[in-house]
Amino acid sequence: MTLDPATPPPDTPPVPRGRGWGALATWDVAVIAVVIAVWIVAAVFVDNFANARNLSFLLLDIAAIALIAMPMTLVIITGEIDLSVASILGLTSSVMGQLWFVGLPLETTIVLCVLLGAVLGALNGVFVTRFALPSLAVTIGTLAMFRGLAFVVLGDRAVADFPFLWTGAVTSSIPGLPVPWVLVPLVLFAAVFGVVLHATPVGRSLYAIGNSAEAARFSGVNIAATKFWLFVATGAMSSLAGIYWTLRFASARADNAVGLELSVVAAVLLGGVSIFGGKGALPGVLAGVLLLGTLTNALQLANVSADVLNVVTGLLLIVSVLAPNLLAAARRAWARRSPPGQVPA
Amino acid sequence: MSAPATDARPEIAPPSREQARMAIRLLRAREIGIVFVLVVLVGVTALNNPRFLSPQSVRDLLLNAVILVTLAVGQTLLIVTRNVDLSVGSIVGLVAFGTGKLLLAAPGTPVVVALLVGVAAGAACGAVNGSLVAAARVPALVVTLGTLYVFRGLDYSWASGQQINAADMPRAFLRFGTASVLGVPVLALIALVLVLVVGFYLRSYRSGRELYAIGSDPDAARLSGIPVGRRVFAAFVANGALAGLAGVLYAARFGTLDATVGAGLELTVIAAAVVGGVAIFGGSGTVFGAAVGALLLQTITSSLVVLRINAFWQQAVVGALILAAIGLDRLLVARLDRRLRGRTIRDA
Repeated sequence: MTLDPATPPPDTPPVPRGRGWGALATWDVAVIAVVIAVWIVAAVFVDNFANARNLSFLLLDIAAIALIAMPMTLVIITGEIDLSVASILGLTSSVMGQLWFVGLPLETTIVLCVLLGAVLGALNGVFVTRFALPSLAVTIGTLAMFRGLAFVVLGDRAVADFPFLWTGAVTSSIPGLPVPWVLVPLVLFAAVFGVVLHATPVGRSLYAIGNSAEAARFSGVNIAATKFWLFVATGAMSSLAGIYWTLRFASARADNAVGLELSVVAAVLLGGVSIFGGKGALPGVLAGVLLLGTLTNALQLANVSADVLNVVTGLLLIVSVLAPNLLAAARRAWARRSPPGQVPA
Repeated sequence: MSAPATDARPEIAPPSREQARMAIRLLRAREIGIVFVLVVLVGVTALNNPRFLSPQSVRDLLLNAVILVTLAVGQTLLIVTRNVDLSVGSIVGLVAFGTGKLLLAAPGTPVVVALLVGVAAGAACGAVNGSLVAAARVPALVVTLGTLYVFRGLDYSWASGQQINAADMPRAFLRFGTASVLGVPVLALIALVLVLVVGFYLRSYRSGRELYAIGSDPDAARLSGIPVGRRVFAAFVANGALAGLAGVLYAARFGTLDATVGAGLELTVIAAAVVGGVAIFGGSGTVFGAAVGALLLQTITSSLVVLRINAFWQQAVVGALILAAIGLDRLLVARLDRRLRGRTIRDA
């Protein structure tokens, strides 16, 4: 093997991506294009896909994953991960059910639940930043612990008598429009997380941390504080997703959304975020969430069983990390073969 | 191959023999800590209810731990190289169901053949993971999250809702699942042999040591001539083979099989390894530790039942234990670090 100084070593990220809004590079556009293609195919070939009722269901279905995927994007960009999100969702659901069961007003319960999520996220954050433990191991631990506590709180009971005023409101549509109310907070959160990530110094510091923690530290980024607050935000957003989940299905159960963490991570990675940190953009992630949701919805309508969906999800995920590498390898091979000056841009 | 001079790091003196011995002591201490927790747990439970140590109860405990131990051994091979395999639960499910199908179609299949077929199928799944990680250089966490879905999807579509009942399985195969030699279950013996063989390999073979080197610093390992890709690929194949074996053992132990077998097992396996002192970022840990970790997780489940603690507490306790284990590990490493540093200063 000859090491030509012009060829990048195989370990360097093959497709350089910009930061800020410039991060909307090839992959994000590709995912958005795939989503549009899937929508067109589904609208033409799948009965009942392209009607208002179904699209509103589609949005209701992806809302929980979208809520968690947004802060998760920021966490993964800094090179960390939070696998405890679905357990925070479950624990929130349990606590919410229990508080409602003992007679607390729902408004108070919801506020307490979001606080609970922030505290649980802070616990993750303390372990990761204060004790310098790997987040993968910490959040596998809290995944088990929070889910366990959810069962301790509610056991195998279900609390289902939430007032229709609330459960109905969560799934109702904006008057005159075929979209559910849920879209409003989703868009607001997307705007907040998008602006923070792509248009503020804090957002740029997240990429810096993910690319090189050392360099970020020397340029004055407070890594520990940044990561801590990201975990807090992820916890609070997971709790919001838990409150939404509970009201949407009008059922507080300890085993709500078991295993959802892997779907969230899959959607984020599909959206072009690198698992090693430092790369990725929010529009791509939202497209990733939408892609998984649309596929699920369309395949269900087409009476294709869920197992095909599993295979498709898995293959998409593998392709999403494989494609940039293969492209880069092809580009390098091409550059080596053609004489200098004819290298394609 | 020589590194450019600008990249050269300041030379680090090789650790003295004393330092090496201290590191070994520390590694031992990690496993001894877990063994200690296990002994205390068994002791407290047995004091509470002596029947916990009855031969039947111990046999059940060992039988239940076999699958987790087998998987933890395989996962350790990968985690020490700074890789991970999230698809093991799906491989177990796929192979267990396949074994059931095979035995329904050909009830006369000898147990050994069933085992070999299962191991080969698991190894094939592992080879898929391994070639994607080693040849295409994509992160193991993402690849195996992908194959987690793919293998499970294949399992579902193969089973298409079918459940295989223990009553339909050949007797000889189910007897293998519960047979014992001198009072020790055969399945537990298989797991024990695996732990000893893989443990010896990791400890004493050149290629075994190279796995640790890869996990400590992949670039340094590559520069020093270790065939990193080939080793990682082999570790994935071995882990897949062990997951396949675990699938056959599952089929033999339980007999009743559907497409959900092994779902969610991957995180428990990683938890067992981490509790057993295998560092999640590679480079340290032993299969003995991981096996004891698996045994501990299984014992907690059984103990809570015996101690009449609400079974709902089980998961919460396991979670707290994982946090305690990695926290303690960190503390030990920090202390060793300080001591080594102090020594270097005094030596200089």
